[in-house]
Amino acid sequence: MRRRGFFAFLLLGICVSSSAIWAQTAAPDRIARLEQQVTAAQSSADNAWMLVSSALVLLMTGPGLALFYGGLVRKKNVLATMIQSFAMMAIITVLWGVVGYSLCFGSGTSFIGGLEHIFLRGVGSAPEASYAATIPQQTFMVYQLMFAIITPALITGAFAERMKFSAMAVFLVLWSLIVYAPMAHMVWGKGGLLNAALGGRIPTLDFAGGTVVHVTSGVSALVCALYLGKRVGYPHEPMPPHSVVLSFIGACLLWVGWFGFNAGSALAASGLATSAFVATHFAAAAAALSWSAAEWVHNGKPSMLGGISGAVAGLVAITPAAGFVTPMAALIIGFIAGAFCFFMVAKVKARLKYDDSLDAFGVHGAGGTIGALLTGLFATSAVNPIFRDSSGNVLPSGVFEGNFRQLFNQAIGVAIAWVLAIVGTLVILKLVDATIGLRVSEEQEIQGLDLTQHGEEGYAWESSAI
Amino acid sequence: MTKLEAVIQPSKLEAVKEALIEIGVDGMTVLEVRGHGRQKGHTEFYRGREYTVDLLPKIKLEIVLNDELVDKAVQAIIRTAQTGKIGDGKIFLTKIDEAIRIRNEERGSSAI
Repeated sequence: MRRRGFFAFLLLGICVSSSAIWAQTAAPDRIARLEQQVTAAQSSADNAWMLVSSALVLLMTGPGLALFYGGLVRKKNVLATMIQSFAMMAIITVLWGVVGYSLCFGSGTSFIGGLEHIFLRGVGSAPEASYAATIPQQTFMVYQLMFAIITPALITGAFAERMKFSAMAVFLVLWSLIVYAPMAHMVWGKGGLLNAALGGRIPTLDFAGGTVVHVTSGVSALVCALYLGKRVGYPHEPMPPHSVVLSFIGACLLWVGWFGFNAGSALAASGLATSAFVATHFAAAAAALSWSAAEWVHNGKPSMLGGISGAVAGLVAITPAAGFVTPMAALIIGFIAGAFCFFMVAKVKARLKYDDSLDAFGVHGAGGTIGALLTGLFATSAVNPIFRDSSGNVLPSGVFEGNFRQLFNQAIGVAIAWVLAIVGTLVILKLVDATIGLRVSEEQEIQGLDLTQHGEEGYAWESSAI
Repeated sequence: MTKLEAVIQPSKLEAVKEALIEIGVDGMTVLEVRGHGRQKGHTEFYRGREYTVDLLPKIKLEIVLNDELVDKAVQAIIRTAQTGKIGDGKIFLTKIDEAIRIRNEERGSSAI
């Protein structure tokens, strides 16, 4: 027994010493190889998630937003409304490849990106480390493209049922260059004025586009509604949604797609992505409840349209906060956003008498603004240690953690988005109005945009269609 | 020959249809329509905005009958569609000049 133990010990000793000798010679090689494999494994995981996220964000515009908005208009305008979202999928993609990506994410000034990536020059499979170190820059580029598509598409809700298709297309192309590109660069671009992660002078927290996407589009929507004027017959003629069923399907697709929008904004298949995913879901649920509750008190009944509008409002409000707050903070943000947006849509719009057809401002402008401000309150370094001092120690993120300045920074970010949206939109509207004209004629509007702008109908009734 | 047009509550259609078939009515045309008589409409809310809907969904039956069936059909409809509340609907009777079966050009009461 004793001898057997001795031999086993001897054997072990030989093994250990020989492997130590082997390791001494082969270690650097092996470690380098292992490191390469680890990087490759992480890169594949991150890239897989980011490609799925890109597809999810595209799903938000078509069919998500197209159905959501399409159901809210009258029958005669259903296709004309859906095509406005769809057109962005085509037009902005081309624009993005030519110049849009470079203007947003090229290294330029504090306000706008440079031209080094026009025609996607230098955008290949190598990662761009300052944005996302583990995925090909092309993945990052196509992911960001999906944001650039949905943002102008959101505005179309404000001028639905009365704008010329040609004017809409030109307006939104110019808007994408003059309003979206600078805002995206300021918040997310290298050296951008408001960029919290890459050393902006006024670090503003905007995880997935509360200011870049929702404040800019929502405020521009309000300007459009005011500039274009009311629809013929508004508000004395009833204009109820022609199919809340379509809107319901669209809103639920938006909810699902939003996981790509917010959790994807972690730019990796990381714990932060999970955190943003959970916050997104909780805020949507809370806002659906609070809008419905407000409506129940106000009108006596909770409605399907109210429920989905609330969910969208919650998703908007959590967008800037998603990667910075805990699930319980997300619930609070959702509750506030749902009730606040209901108040904006049901009360303020009626009081001020502007015709924001599908409430692009009431939901995205108002929800984005309140969400951006609440991010400054609830952001916590426990979820995302984004601020560090020069020696790498984690600094507090939001007001409740002790960083009182952050609320101020958020307000500046919001203010810049408002001013840029108002001024940019007004200038472009004037330009397009003077050249091709914004509105369809009154007869065309009464007949419907499906027939007069596109020569087709969403719901054919002739016997040949049975 | 008489054409009977009856506007009834949508929920009564099945009962009315069965009663009519029972008394020997062979064919009918049913339309989904909207309208209102003395019954008031209702209100709907969309994002806090109130809409008054005056035209309510109704079902309209069109049946052409040989004269001896008319009274029985009217009674059958009244028996099955009546609730005693406003909104039960109405029955209209009109004399018909001619009926023609397209398949074989039969005319008159045998074409019904």
